[in-house]
Amino acid sequence: MDWFESAGLSLIVFLPAAGALALFALPKAREDAQKWLALLTTGLTAALAVAVAANFNYGGSEKFQFEVSTSWIPAIGARYHIGVDGISLPLLVLSAVVTVLAVIYSWDHWDEPRNVRGFLALMLLLATGMNGTFVALDLVLFFIFFELVLLPMYFMIGIWGDSAKRRIPVLGRTVTMRLYAAIKFFIFTLFGSAFMLLGFLALYFRSGDFLGENTFDIPALIALGSQNAFGSGTFAFLVFGAMFLGFAVKVPMWPFHTWLPDAHTAAPTVGSVLLAAILLKLGSYAFLRISIPILPDMAREWAPFIGLLAVIGIIYGSLACLAQTDVKRLIAFSSVGHMGFVMLGIATMTDVGFNASLIGMVAHGLITGLLFFLAGSMHHRYHTREIARLGGNQKLMPWMGGIFAFTAMASLGLPGLAGFWGEFMSLLGAYRPLAGLSLSQFQTYMVIGAIGTVLTAGYMLWMLQRVNLGEPKAEWSDHEFHDVEPTEWLAWAPLIVAIVAIGVYPRIVLGATTDAVVNLARTAFGG
Amino acid sequence: MDLDYHALAPELVVAATILVVLGLDVALPRPRKYWTAFAGVLGLALAAVPLLTLAFGDGPETRSMLGGAYVVDGFALVLKAVFIVGGYLVLLMSVSYIESDRYYQGEYYLLMLTSILGSLVMASSRDLITLFVGLELVTGPLFLLAGWRKGDAKSNEASLKFFILGVLSTAILLYGMSFLYGLTGSVTFEGIREAGADLLDSGAFRLAVLFTLVGFGFKVTAVPFHFWAPDTYEGAPTPVTAYLSVGSKAAGFVGLLLLCYKALPSVTEIWGPALWVLAALSMTLGNLTALRQDNVVRMLAYSSIAQGGFILVPFAAAAVSNDPAVIQEAASATIVYVIIYAFMNLGAFGVVIAGARRTGSTMIDDWAGMWRYAPRLAVLGAMFFFSLAGIPPLAGWYAKFAMFLSILRPGNAWTTALAVIAAVNAVIALVYYARIGKTMWMDHVPEGADRTSATNPLSGSLALALGISALFVVVAGILPFEFAGVFADLAKVVTTGI
Repeated sequence: MDWFESAGLSLIVFLPAAGALALFALPKAREDAQKWLALLTTGLTAALAVAVAANFNYGGSEKFQFEVSTSWIPAIGARYHIGVDGISLPLLVLSAVVTVLAVIYSWDHWDEPRNVRGFLALMLLLATGMNGTFVALDLVLFFIFFELVLLPMYFMIGIWGDSAKRRIPVLGRTVTMRLYAAIKFFIFTLFGSAFMLLGFLALYFRSGDFLGENTFDIPALIALGSQNAFGSGTFAFLVFGAMFLGFAVKVPMWPFHTWLPDAHTAAPTVGSVLLAAILLKLGSYAFLRISIPILPDMAREWAPFIGLLAVIGIIYGSLACLAQTDVKRLIAFSSVGHMGFVMLGIATMTDVGFNASLIGMVAHGLITGLLFFLAGSMHHRYHTREIARLGGNQKLMPWMGGIFAFTAMASLGLPGLAGFWGEFMSLLGAYRPLAGLSLSQFQTYMVIGAIGTVLTAGYMLWMLQRVNLGEPKAEWSDHEFHDVEPTEWLAWAPLIVAIVAIGVYPRIVLGATTDAVVNLARTAFGG
Repeated sequence: MDLDYHALAPELVVAATILVVLGLDVALPRPRKYWTAFAGVLGLALAAVPLLTLAFGDGPETRSMLGGAYVVDGFALVLKAVFIVGGYLVLLMSVSYIESDRYYQGEYYLLMLTSILGSLVMASSRDLITLFVGLELVTGPLFLLAGWRKGDAKSNEASLKFFILGVLSTAILLYGMSFLYGLTGSVTFEGIREAGADLLDSGAFRLAVLFTLVGFGFKVTAVPFHFWAPDTYEGAPTPVTAYLSVGSKAAGFVGLLLLCYKALPSVTEIWGPALWVLAALSMTLGNLTALRQDNVVRMLAYSSIAQGGFILVPFAAAAVSNDPAVIQEAASATIVYVIIYAFMNLGAFGVVIAGARRTGSTMIDDWAGMWRYAPRLAVLGAMFFFSLAGIPPLAGWYAKFAMFLSILRPGNAWTTALAVIAAVNAVIALVYYARIGKTMWMDHVPEGADRTSATNPLSGSLALALGISALFVVVAGILPFEFAGVFADLAKVVTTGI
């Protein structure tokens, strides 16, 4: 299996892009062939990702495996260096699997203006960007993949998104949501990543002082970081800040989150799913992969601030959810809260916290992905997402209602389901943050976070009550509703199984991550 | 006179082509004038052959003529290649555009080729006189070409504005050059470099340097010497605008590169701050004004002003450092940016020509929903405009990346500040580039607009031109290595002796 060791990851990254190109070799009218081709490439990609997970050496999950490093742009010393470790593996598998499910779901769910080939091509291109970000071990390569997701998502939201008009008070005019959301998403992210790039370049130049040769190589920079080469002066402060901007916008952390509700709400269903399940993780993953190990001293200094923004996000997200009248927008705001828990875990700078954030990311990907699928399917049937007009969903569509209730429970952190671990462990981490961080401060965060879990339960149950329970409204009385369809079952069943499985047996994720994050905390903070 | 005819072959082939075009224009009856276009395109393609034999043949690496005034080295060859390929693309775009106007085809190609010949001369020039002659050869024909649509008042205005400001800038440039010669006693860059080191405190020398910079500032449309550009760009025939924004602009940058790195490396404290300011102003004002444009050609005019600012950024890095590696990196960043910019901007103009032909308008809003009736054109449009915005994996990202790399290298507060200005501008630029993508892909076809015409906007030579640019933009974006390696070597040539 030598070829697999060396080419496996590259295939996972580039197979979808090749599929996107191949789609254009098919005639425009042959939609079925296009769908099968997309399914084949994403399916193969997911199979390869699972095979990587199966052949992964869990005993050494702190080491990069399936590594490939060849010359790419010698003029600037950028290399094609990829690999996975315990931190990136679960996210890589999540990304590859959710993409297949998205293709399956879109089989017979098309938003206007249809154009199957274009949509599938964008989805595949997106997959290349997402998978690539999780395996990139070179800052330039990381930057390219991190940015690669922008264009497909921009077009996905802008073309297939929601054409509703909405008045934006800040702009003082009425805008078409899909156009507004698409450009807002693009500009926010690009703004962050422009500064992120400046930070990367600064690291590149400074690395030359220690290595004799400038490098973009992430493992090499991590090795420098573990000796605290970049110190804790102004330089490190500015670099951490520049990268923080890039990553925090992507997560998104409060107060950089305002693009998220618009983008999620306006995006077509599959776009929202991929956005929530995977794109948000690019930011939080980057904290663990780049910021913390390379600039550990600064990470420690910024930790209280990151934690503060995280808990503000938790409370803000929950309160905003209570005020929403649109199912999809509510789910979008709930992401702000859940990513707040992920970032709180990271802010503790302990192995427990890092583990919490990783399992939180995976759980949020599965649960919120499924919630967006459900919201899309319900919108498909009711042609509205107004909570006030829904009601009695459970009676009209028992299966759909059941899955919705199950997912909402998972989202509010019910023990036994995947969502529980991320919240619980990140609060646990905040109880005992890294030595040197203020104990009382983080314990305050913990208490606020705990209040957040209560609020989360509150808005989720309230939404469930209004959407699922009670009697159907009169306007739906002569409607014929078809319950969950086969393609929907196919797309959702793996998510449901994974949510239960991780909830009952979190070692599925933690088994891969634990050694890696323990190693991360030890090399970064020496404890 | 000891002339190396092999080294001069590209210029000679272009000159011969000019004569052939002239002859054909006289000899052919009006309905068959299109042969002049064919001859022009073919001649320019032939001119690329000696470039290849010079680059890959066994001859000496540097061929110097006329007492060092005219040099063919790696730097000259690559820039000549850019001028020839860029000129070739412009000619391809011109063919159907000029044919549909039905008049003065022969003269059009004659003048265009003359301008290209001028840029070839500039790339090899190593003294003030050759540089000036080359520059005038580039600009002179363009005055006429800008006013090509004689019946159109806007075209006349374009030509007149361009002429008056062009002549003004030439006068300033020449004035500055005469001071340089008077103070240093030399017209060659070598001579100026050697003598310049002793003249640092001379006020007249400073003035001379600034005057030459201003002269080139007009040519590269740097703010505040840009105000002729938008009107001229809008009024001139679109292929001419494409050439103005790429060919003649690149020629201006070649002039600046030669002057700053070859002739005036000892007075960086004069041109460094000046170019810092020009770069910051061009990026910021160019972008902010581009945001407010409704006409795609005017938008591209302001965008090219802003792109010119990005191209100027590395000069500021070179100015603050004595480290040859830094200076070399800065020079190579400029060259790389110019080349990538040439392809993506020509591509964007090609899209404008095709789009205007299909919709009959260059107003951005009239292009709404283009993907429904011209999907391939919409794909190309998105590609070139997002490449200009610097979004990976399209080639524009590498141009911006190299620029950032060079400006952050010195680690000085001023250069870092310029990097931050550039970063903010990169984001602002996205807004208007993305707007074109939005209009073509996300808006609805305007009500009442008839878009059912059967004419294929992407036909023949224009499709070829767009195909070449698109191929470059994708390949250079994903695999910039070959490319970047070549230019790192080139930069060594430019910066030797510093």
